[in-house]
Amino acid sequence: MLIKTNSQGFVHTIPSEITSEATYQSRRSLIRLMAGGVAGAALGSWASREALAQDWAAPGQNAALASSKTSVAGALSLEKVTEYKHASTYNNFYEFGTDKADPAKNAHTLKTSPWSVEIDGMIKKPGRYALEDLFKLSAQEERIYRLRCVEGWSMVIPWVGYSLSALIKKVEPLGGARYVEFVTQADPKTMPGVGSRVLDWPYVEGLRLDEAMHPLTLLAFGMYGEVLPKQNGAPLRLVVPWKYGFKSVKSLVRIRFTDKQPATAWNKAAANEYGFYSNVNPDVDHPRWSQATERRIGEDGLFARKRKTLMFNGYEAQVGQLYAGMDLNKFF
Amino acid sequence: MDQNKAAVVAPGYAGSYRHRLAKPLVFVLALLPFLYLLWAAVFDQLGANPAEALVRATGDWTLRMLCVVLAVTPLRVLTAQPALARFRRMLGLFVYFYVLLHLLSYSGFDMAFDVAEIAKDIVKRPFILVGFTAFVLLTSLALTSFNRAIKALGAKNWQRLHKAVYFVAGLAILHFFWMRAGKNDFAEVAVYAAVLATLLGWRLWHYWVKTGRCSRRI
Repeated sequence: MLIKTNSQGFVHTIPSEITSEATYQSRRSLIRLMAGGVAGAALGSWASREALAQDWAAPGQNAALASSKTSVAGALSLEKVTEYKHASTYNNFYEFGTDKADPAKNAHTLKTSPWSVEIDGMIKKPGRYALEDLFKLSAQEERIYRLRCVEGWSMVIPWVGYSLSALIKKVEPLGGARYVEFVTQADPKTMPGVGSRVLDWPYVEGLRLDEAMHPLTLLAFGMYGEVLPKQNGAPLRLVVPWKYGFKSVKSLVRIRFTDKQPATAWNKAAANEYGFYSNVNPDVDHPRWSQATERRIGEDGLFARKRKTLMFNGYEAQVGQLYAGMDLNKFF
Repeated sequence: MDQNKAAVVAPGYAGSYRHRLAKPLVFVLALLPFLYLLWAAVFDQLGANPAEALVRATGDWTLRMLCVVLAVTPLRVLTAQPALARFRRMLGLFVYFYVLLHLLSYSGFDMAFDVAEIAKDIVKRPFILVGFTAFVLLTSLALTSFNRAIKALGAKNWQRLHKAVYFVAGLAILHFFWMRAGKNDFAEVAVYAAVLATLLGWRLWHYWVKTGRCSRRI
């Protein structure tokens, strides 16, 4: 249909709508300024990242692991990275003892090669996946995440890995799958803590499928530009930065897709203290201590006040919508 | 008479602990853990979490000193060396020294001396409440440890009051037990509990024998 207007096919500009040369120029300069500013900020953060990188550039403890830059929103914290010596000697990995110094002392017995992960449950492509194949499945990215332990301390760690979602897409979950269960290595021969009565072994954790699919949920193979040290969960582990550290399981051996909420290790040990979700939340205290503050390892001095803990460990913008409408006091 | 007996049993030993330098030596030995912690704190040798390390180390040393001071009397009786008693007050005050450091580390490093937060924590965490109760009791013992206090109270009352140390030992173990309950890890707790139970058990047994109830039954 032909639309007839007075302009007869040509919209006449009225004089007041024409941008003056001066205005035009000032807009150009504003754009130039903004572009410069953005680039400057980007350069600034890039420069400061390089400066930060000095802290962990070459611990030289393990094989180097190349990685590319990540494009995942919120995945590159600009906070000061925790020193490698702290991140690799202050660990909770009860399979090697309950003292935080134990894993670094005892984990050398862990045999990480050959290694494979059994992936099964409600998926189209179940099977035993070799570590080498999992490693190549997607591009290795560097992610700098805050890690908040339920005990009230935190670190900032540069991980190397890729979004778990890449693996999940590959194995094709069935329509009914709602949860993902993670089972970790429990070998009494190489892990002196297995067999202690602290927890039910093997250590099991779980996520809702949408949590597992979130781009921040990382399948990590390395940290500080090198393959994972054994005490940090070699050869591959999970990192879920908005949840308390114990959700980020180490030395993964099985991933199972299910329609029922998995029974997780700490939840089984003390259901009133450790919920299935265990999202970092300064407003929901642990029954035995406050979660409002945390001590940043290696940075907050002996006499410094502890820093305030952030909702979802500072990842609220990225993950908050996963829990819209949920009572976080009930689903802690 | 006791002195003669001691001389017969172990002449060299009796001489050494009565030496005028024996007390300063014990003093320095008891101070060594503190000096080590001070050195380690200044030179960043306390690991990734120095605050936690100090809170725990001072707690450990309080327990150890408690074991040492409670070992004095059994040792004194078993070796028939009454002069050992002269170390008891000093060692008792070292228990207080370490528990004070323990409390200061917790309230300073963990709670930034925020009185309201500390009060909330005492109510929230039973093991803090138990530890704090033990501290209050130890304070009353430390404050009455001087000769004039003993005189003012009278020997009997003073002794009765200072029997509270046995209760403190129980509270200390409960405090430690609850603290470790989160990790279900009681190996160390069991060691301290066994040592303290032995030292307290010996007292009961000794009292039993002394009052002759044992012989009456047999």
